[in-house]
Amino acid sequence: MSESPPPTTPPSLAVRGLAYAYPDGHQALFGVDLTITRGERVALLGPNGAGKTTLVLHLNGILTAGAGTVEVAGLPVAGEHLREIRRRVGIVFQDPDDQLFMPTVREDVAFGPANLGLRGAALEERVRHALDRVGMADFADRPPHHLSYGQRRRVAVATVLAMEPEILVLDEPSSNLDPASRRELADVLRSLDVTVLMVTHDLPYALELCPRAAVLAGGVVVADGDTRDLLLDRDLMAAHRLELPYGFDPSSVPA
Amino acid sequence: MTGGPEHRLFRPGDSPVHRLPPHCKLLALIGFVLATVSTPREAYWAFGAYAALLAVVAAVARVPAGFVLRRMLVETPFVLFALLLPFVADGPTVEVLGLTVSHDGLLGAWNVLAKGTLGVVAGVLLAATTELRALLLGLQKLRMPPLLVQIMSFMLRYGGVITAEMGRMRIARESRGFVARDLRQTPAVAKSAGALFIRSYERGERVHLAMLSRGYTGTMPILVDTRASAAQWAAAATLPAAALAVWAGALLR
Repeated sequence: MSESPPPTTPPSLAVRGLAYAYPDGHQALFGVDLTITRGERVALLGPNGAGKTTLVLHLNGILTAGAGTVEVAGLPVAGEHLREIRRRVGIVFQDPDDQLFMPTVREDVAFGPANLGLRGAALEERVRHALDRVGMADFADRPPHHLSYGQRRRVAVATVLAMEPEILVLDEPSSNLDPASRRELADVLRSLDVTVLMVTHDLPYALELCPRAAVLAGGVVVADGDTRDLLLDRDLMAAHRLELPYGFDPSSVPA
Repeated sequence: MTGGPEHRLFRPGDSPVHRLPPHCKLLALIGFVLATVSTPREAYWAFGAYAALLAVVAAVARVPAGFVLRRMLVETPFVLFALLLPFVADGPTVEVLGLTVSHDGLLGAWNVLAKGTLGVVAGVLLAATTELRALLLGLQKLRMPPLLVQIMSFMLRYGGVITAEMGRMRIARESRGFVARDLRQTPAVAKSAGALFIRSYERGERVHLAMLSRGYTGTMPILVDTRASAAQWAAAATLPAAALAVWAGALLR
């Protein structure tokens, strides 16, 4: 499925000068720049209404940039490549009930690769492998609504892993998870050898999983760097309504 | 709370009837129902024969009578209507148990009751031996328009989600002292219904986004291809074939 990489591997994601205004005139993005190289895990932080979800919807061409460009592994996000772009960018949405719409886990995981044209044994193998990677292989024949919330979130990750994406985009992956499910999902994410962009305001989770973080505020990237450094920058954090949970000290957590 | 509707009608099992492909069973049901409804209502013995056929199917499928009887409650409104018929219809009258009732109405009531009951029992047997999901695959196989099959499959998936949401809204309402006592409380309930509609609509949009993100182009990929063998077709055809024989007998007499 994947072509041989060119001599210099292009970044998994390159967003340049991205601006977007909704049809009602509300402008959400004012020139976003963000480059993520292959294999990196990056957290995208920002308060509610910063434009995080709008940015995510540009990554696989659901929304089309008003200005600027988005490239995924060198391929521009534009009409003629949309099918390939949607294979390369795997978005895990916040509510797993939105993502899991087929009657069984197996069919749901198969939905994406089947849309790519996979059939028969190859499809079966792809599904099994994806479920294995999130530790949900034993649940293939269960209906999604009989799983716990954490299990559903992991199946949602499997549904996009099955498409063998270049970059995994997670929208608030830790929301509504109990601490055990949270840790299980973190284990799964750490075990994947795939580029990850994690949109969240769960700052400890970002520190735990992502060495690098970018802060989106007011439709632009206002900071981009080492996650721990950003979290320790009190002025930056306060200016953008990013608050650490009570008693949490980023400098006291082992890297 | 998350249990879908499938648990109320379906009775898991591994009988020969359970194993038949869903589209064969659907066609058998349609054949059987067509034969029963087109049987003249005066051919009383034929309905007995149809009932016996269904009893055989139930026995082979190992569906107990009590299970079928409880699920026949959906028929109640039709039964009430049928019981009313002898009293409201015109025409020559007969005396039954000291009551004067219309002869035509009596026959009409019998007609509705007999054919309705046979149809309901056949439907209950199909539902008891076929998972809803498999039924949808069967419909797809029988060339039901794919859009309709998709709509039904989403109902199956999200029925439970929306019911749970409705339940949470009701609990939230009642936790704030709301009691639905009389008509004056309708506006609050109606507003909840409106909110539920909008939430479901927005969920529909988010589901669609998630589908697009995974390469959806308007048609569902067919993942499980259930092909029926000649033997399975033949097995499924037994019921409508027997019903057809009874039907022919009833017409020829």
